[in-house]
Amino acid sequence: MSNIPADLHYAKSHEWLRLAGDGTALVGITDYAQSSLGDITFVQLPKVGATLVAGATFGVVESVKAASDLYLPATGVVLAVNPALDVSPEILNRDPYGEAWMLKLKLDGGAPAQLLDAAAYARHVG
Amino acid sequence: MSHLQRTPLRDFHAARGGRLVDFAGWEMPVQYRSILEEHKAVRRAAGLFDVSHMGEVEVKGPQALDFLENLVTNEVARLLPGKVLYTPMCATDGGTLDDLLIYLRAPGDYLLCVNAVNIAADLDWMARQAEGFAVTVTDRSADYALLAVQGPASAAIVQTLTGAKLGLLANYTFCEGTVAGVSCIISRTGYTGEDGFELYHAPADAVGLAEALLAAGAPHGLELAGLGARDSLRLEAGFPLHGHELSPSISPVAAGLAWTVKLGKARPSLAHAALAREMAEGAARRVLFFRTGDRRIVRADTPVRGRDGAIIGRVLSGTLSPLLNEAIGSVLIEKAAVEGALTVDIRGTNIGLQPVRPPFVPLRRG
Repeated sequence: MSNIPADLHYAKSHEWLRLAGDGTALVGITDYAQSSLGDITFVQLPKVGATLVAGATFGVVESVKAASDLYLPATGVVLAVNPALDVSPEILNRDPYGEAWMLKLKLDGGAPAQLLDAAAYARHVG
Repeated sequence: MSHLQRTPLRDFHAARGGRLVDFAGWEMPVQYRSILEEHKAVRRAAGLFDVSHMGEVEVKGPQALDFLENLVTNEVARLLPGKVLYTPMCATDGGTLDDLLIYLRAPGDYLLCVNAVNIAADLDWMARQAEGFAVTVTDRSADYALLAVQGPASAAIVQTLTGAKLGLLANYTFCEGTVAGVSCIISRTGYTGEDGFELYHAPADAVGLAEALLAAGAPHGLELAGLGARDSLRLEAGFPLHGHELSPSISPVAAGLAWTVKLGKARPSLAHAALAREMAEGAARRVLFFRTGDRRIVRADTPVRGRDGAIIGRVLSGTLSPLLNEAIGSVLIEKAAVEGALTVDIRGTNIGLQPVRPPFVPLRRG
């Protein structure tokens, strides 16, 4: 059973968004996503300062098995990317909601309405 | 996955977290915990693999040796009872139909271990080649389960379960004995580049033997390992996989396995003329192994470009070496491009391939 924290917003493409309450948010991929991918070997992320719209491809996550595009759950400006993923992409398999966050965004607006809450995401992957 | 064939250990894998996938029509565990961790466990201590999907073919009769010398490129006459021979099996044009192990159990009594995906085609080919020879070729695949214990601790682990003197069993030799009370062909062979054993036994005994090996191995650091780790281990060791580095369009000469083609043997193989010509002229295409210094995996079928940007080949196998922490793999390229720079494009990034003479990591055995 995959771990789906109650306080996050979820995209059907298996990214999560954590609102900080100050107009910024963290973005990552779900436990379901890391488990489906298997051993993660490489993560490609955008440059700090990039402005990206919800639904845009913001990077690639690669496992022994396959490479998958990453889709941005909300529109915003990239304030930071997680440097730990460059050196140790395997932390995504260990701690996808914590240590292995991918982006910090300055949001343009809030969480898009089409994102799922934890219960809806659990049904989506169920 | 009900249409898939199952080994006697299918439920054993499922109960231990094995992630079951379709491999060559078999429902097999690709991994349990993590491909990378299972790979490292085999290099560090030991791993236990279910490879019961492999095929076994019995070849018996007064002309078994003549039949086999015609069938395969290595020299079967060199075998003594108790010894194992690795050999390609080639078509008349030199293309590789399969690669296999030959066990000599007694004069005129051979057991062949072939790739699961090729069992039906191999049997068909062998039946046709057997015409005119006093030999019987029998599919024994359903009579054998196969467990592989691989890694530096494997001898210590298996020795706790058998009276057979494993210290006397050299690489590429075998004996018949019991392991955990189960009658086995105990073969000192494997596909990881580490010391190890492959244990052929009756399917009804598979679960008991696997449980005994797992229990005996736990104190030594043995872990269950899936086909994902088996593939990355063999690639890191530089071993070919049929369908990748060897195929009906890739001869053993092109694959860099000329040592398995014995042109001077007393009874030449049916591929002799084609392979002799290729050895003399040099193969038109060559298999090379590479590393990149980058973590992005270079996947099979990626086009390979030469110095001037023209496509001169393609990738055959690619993975991340868990020990080197960089992408490794193999390519098939035109002979003229062997000495030049090689690059691939991965999602818009140009990545150089650095030729490597395998193994990629120091191995305890060749």
